Formats: sequence, C-alpha cells, structure tokens
Amino acid sequence: MDETKHGAWMSPSAGLASLLGKFSDAARKYRVEWWILVAGAAIILAVALMTLVPSLFTSYDPVAQGVGPQMAAPSAQHIMGTDNLGRDVNARMVYGARTILGVAIAASLLSALIGIPLGLISGFAGNWLDKVLSLVMDSVYSFPGLILAIAFAAMLGPGVINITVAVSVVYIPTYFRLVRGQTLQIKEELYVEAARAIGARKSVILAKYIFPNVIATVVVVFSLNVADAIMTEAALSYIGLGLPAGIPDWGMDLSMGKKFLPSGVWWMITYPGLMIMTLALGFTMLGEGLSEILNPRLQEY
Amino acid sequence: MRRILRYVGGRLLLTVPMVFVLLTMVFVVLRVMPGDPVSAMLGGHAPQAVIDKKKAELGLDKPILAQYVDYLGQLARGDLGDSMILKEKVSKPISDKLPATIELTLCGLVVCLGLGVPLGVRAARKRRTGHDFGIRLYANVVYCIPVFWMGLMLQMIFGVFLDAFPIAGRVGSRVVSGEFDRTGFYIIDTLFSGNFEALGDVLYHLVLPAFTLGITLSGVFVRLTRANMLDVLKSDYVLASRARGVPERAVVYGHALKNALIPIITMLGLQFSALLAGAILTETTFSWPGMGRLLLERIYLRDYPTIQGIIVVYALFVSFVSLIVDVVYAIIDPRVRL
Repeated sequence: MDETKHGAWMSPSAGLASLLGKFSDAARKYRVEWWILVAGAAIILAVALMTLVPSLFTSYDPVAQGVGPQMAAPSAQHIMGTDNLGRDVNARMVYGARTILGVAIAASLLSALIGIPLGLISGFAGNWLDKVLSLVMDSVYSFPGLILAIAFAAMLGPGVINITVAVSVVYIPTYFRLVRGQTLQIKEELYVEAARAIGARKSVILAKYIFPNVIATVVVVFSLNVADAIMTEAALSYIGLGLPAGIPDWGMDLSMGKKFLPSGVWWMITYPGLMIMTLALGFTMLGEGLSEILNPRLQEY
Repeated sequence: MRRILRYVGGRLLLTVPMVFVLLTMVFVVLRVMPGDPVSAMLGGHAPQAVIDKKKAELGLDKPILAQYVDYLGQLARGDLGDSMILKEKVSKPISDKLPATIELTLCGLVVCLGLGVPLGVRAARKRRTGHDFGIRLYANVVYCIPVFWMGLMLQMIFGVFLDAFPIAGRVGSRVVSGEFDRTGFYIIDTLFSGNFEALGDVLYHLVLPAFTLGITLSGVFVRLTRANMLDVLKSDYVLASRARGVPERAVVYGHALKNALIPIITMLGLQFSALLAGAILTETTFSWPGMGRLLLERIYLRDYPTIQGIIVVYALFVSFVSLIVDVVYAIIDPRVRL
C-alpha cells in the first residue's frame, strides 16, 4: 500500500480510489486509530451542524439580553444557565461555534496557502532565496507564537478578518518547514529526475510531481493545526484582543465569566472551556487518526 | 571544554539574525498599523500642531527606515531606549517583571516534568493495559485544554469552592514588599533574608499558577516519554540487565529512563516557547505581574520602544534556553559532538 506515497503523478480519480482503499484497509488494520479518527470526525461534524443549523440546538437568541434571570444556575429552562446580562449560555455556545470554527479554519487555510507555495519554492530552488526564507521562518517558528499573534491582533484591532490574519501569521512557518523538508527529499527521487530529463518545465515538476506527494502530510498537519488555531483564537479573545462585542465567542465568554468566578458562577466558565476543549480534541483526534493511517511509519512521533 | 565554549560562541552569534528578523517584523507592523503613541497619549481631539510637535519630539516624524536605523544603532550599544509614554528606560519595567515570569515558567516546568515523565514511564511499563490507556487519554485531553481555562477551573475548584489556595498575585498582603528588592525572584529573596514565613506564602501563591502551566504542557511529555521508553525497553541492554537479575525498578529508572531522557531534553527546548506563551495566559488569569501583562498594557498604549524591548527579551530568552538545552545534551550524551 506504500507505492502510492512516493509514486509518480496520479490522476485525481485514481488518487481518490487509492485513498478510499487505504481507509477501508485501515479500518481493519488499525482498529483503535480508526475509532479515534471516527470520534474526532463525529465531534467536528456535530459542531459543524451547530454552525449550520443552530436552531436545532437552541431556541434562544445568543445576544438578546434578559431572556432569563441574571446569572441563573442551569435549569430545565436554561440548560447551561444564564450569564450576567441574562443571556442564555447554551445559545451563546451554539452560535459561538460559528466564530471559532470559522476563524480557526480560515486562519489555517491562509497559513497553508502562504506556507505551502513558499516551502515548495524554497525547497526546490535551494539558493539564496531558500536561505533567507528559512531564516525568517525559523525565527518566527522558534518564537512563542502567541506573543506574535497578540502583537498583530492588538495592532490590527478587533474584527473577524483581523483575528484570522493574526492567528494565521503564527502557523505559516509550520507549513513552510514541513513542505520545504519534503520537497528537499522528493526532488532527489528518480521520477523527478526522469521528468527533468524529458524536459518538463520547473513549474510542471513542482505542480505535478512534487506537490501531490507532499500533500498527504499536509492534510495531517492541517487538522492538528486547526486544533492549535482554535486555542490561539480562544486565547486572543480571552485576552480581549479578538472580536467586537456583538459576536458570540467562546473565548470572550470565558473572560466575561472570569469576573464572576469569585461569586461561584461556575456555569459561565465551565461550558465555554468545555466547548473549546472538545472542538480542539476533535481536530487533534482526526489528525492523529489520519496520521496513523496515511503515514503508518510515523508512529508516535 | 574549549569545544563547548566555541560552540556556545557560535550559537550566540546565530541568535543575532533571529532577533533581527523578529524585531524587524514588529518594528514595521507597529508603525504601519493604525494608532500611535501620540494619539494614545493625547487622545483623538488634540490640535494638529501639538500632535506634530510631540511626534517630532519622539522622532516619529522621520521615515520608518531612518527610525529603524536609529533604533538598531541604539540596540547595538546594548540600550533598549526610553519609553515613549512614561518617563523611564525601557529596561526598567522589563527588569522588574522578568523575574516574575521566569519564576512562574520554571515552576511550571518542574510540575510539567514531574507529572509528565513518571506518567509516561508508567504507561510504557504497563503497555496496552488500563493504566496505559488511561494515561494516554489524560495526555491527549490535557493537550487540548486551553491554559487559561485550566487556570480558571483550578481557581474555581481550589480557590473558590474549597477556598484552599489564593487565586491572584505573587504574595499575600501580609508580606512586606521591601523583602523583594534584591533579585525580584521571590523564592530566592525570601530564602536570602531567611524569612521562611514569607517563603511559604510565595510558594503558596505559586501552587495554582504553576500547576495550571505544568498540567497543560505535561501531555506532550507523557507521550514523548512513553514512546521513547517503549523503544528503549525493547533494546538488548535492557533485556541483558533483566537477564542478569537487576531489579525491575533499577532497570526502568536506572538504565532505560536515562537513555529515553535524551529526546525529552530536546523536546524541552522546543516546548519552551509554548511554556512562555502559556505563561502569558496564566499571568492574565492569575493577575501575575509578569512580562505578558506588561506587553499587553504597553500594546494598548502603543509604547513602541517598550513593546520592541519585550520582543527582544523574549527572543533572547528563547534562544538562551535552546542553547542551554544543546549544551546539556552534549554533556549527558557523549556521542554528540558539538
């Protein structure tokens, strides 16, 4: 089942078929990993459903104040209680999913869109450009990402687009380093040399011979990256750098709940945190499961 | 020894480009984005003449490139410059707050390793049993808990409901702050002055923040220790020492763990920046007067030189730690040639 990994160019349908084949093989071969993957996917689907059809999960408006008493403990009416403005916590959780999931996925996509091409070019070219890019990316990579994200978020000001950009800055080097490393390896392969020998243009070699072989690892890293981005987004809005006040957001709810913690209002901080954790766990499990199945040689680091 | 010193010198030189890259990014972003120290200071309604005068005073009217060259020159002389908002050197608040952050980070690290390594060893020894499964579950769940939420939950359970630990600050109000002028590291200061009551209070305040930081990061170390121990336990010398009748504890902790520690130390260097990032969030949650809170305060004031200074200090701190890790690595593993 390994010949596809370093195999030459594949047509998309053949690629898909081999991927599906891998998955059904995997279900038999890696029992535990398979269930981890399924559980992760289930969590993500449930949250995705929340973002698409929130009315399935709650009948309250997440921003309407005074739909219940202020800071009421969970009850049959408000299953997760109400916050200091009398808003329904459950409704805020359901509608907040949209923000965090959207920002985390958009930020990871943005990082991938910048990091992957740069990594491909850098690894393929291997000249001064490679040296400069590697230096910049390594510097950013070794620095605590959150601090950079804080600096960018604070400078850009609150807003959904701004926080997405701030989060994505952190993860560009992740993709860059991964793709660059793989490109360095793959460009020495015989089939790349063969392509070069028959006179394929550099852009063709990059797009059709190197990129498809890099992408399997990128998928795994993307999933783990979204998990991380979820926590970065939550951290930024917890600090108060994230979003304007009108948008329901888990991180912001946590920082609100923090103020009422000394009076024992546990429901305002318990549920947002649980949601962040569960969603991040979903993407981590999906990524781990995928990594076992797509790259069976990369066991546990 | 000379070999190591030579290596240290080379590595120190390598930190220069890293600091340079980060500094350049922050420098440009600060100046290109909306908001500046003058409007943060004077508010939006000051007359244009006053704003211009103030800007000229701070050197903000010059082109960015000129400001940048000036700043680098200053930095090359080891001077972080003056704050643009407050009448103080940039180094002053940093040297005030840095010890608090280092103290928190190191205590968090101790908790992290103290939990992560033994749990990882245990999971590896009891491979494919309930213990193993439970510990791996712990590692994965803990890895996905946001640091600040962990802090809030610990505050809620141990601070509010059980009322067992304080949830804010570095010391209680009963301890005189004059005690802490010497180094700013409260543990060291109280030890030096022999004031054990104050030391107890300092440690008491450290418990929740350190565990917050330590628990959330221990997941990585559980997984890493487990994976390495599994490899090492399969090796011939472990089999040989078991065959010789060496007690199981001595085999696991004496022979196997020592060898499994090497990749763990490498990981420590890599995880240190995660630890610093976690420390910022822990500081916010526990009202801990450290570098993270300083950074946030000064970002709102648009105090450019102080923000730049903080970034420089963080970058130096990270590279310093990774240097120490490399040297330790070379010392404990004689196969590594620096």
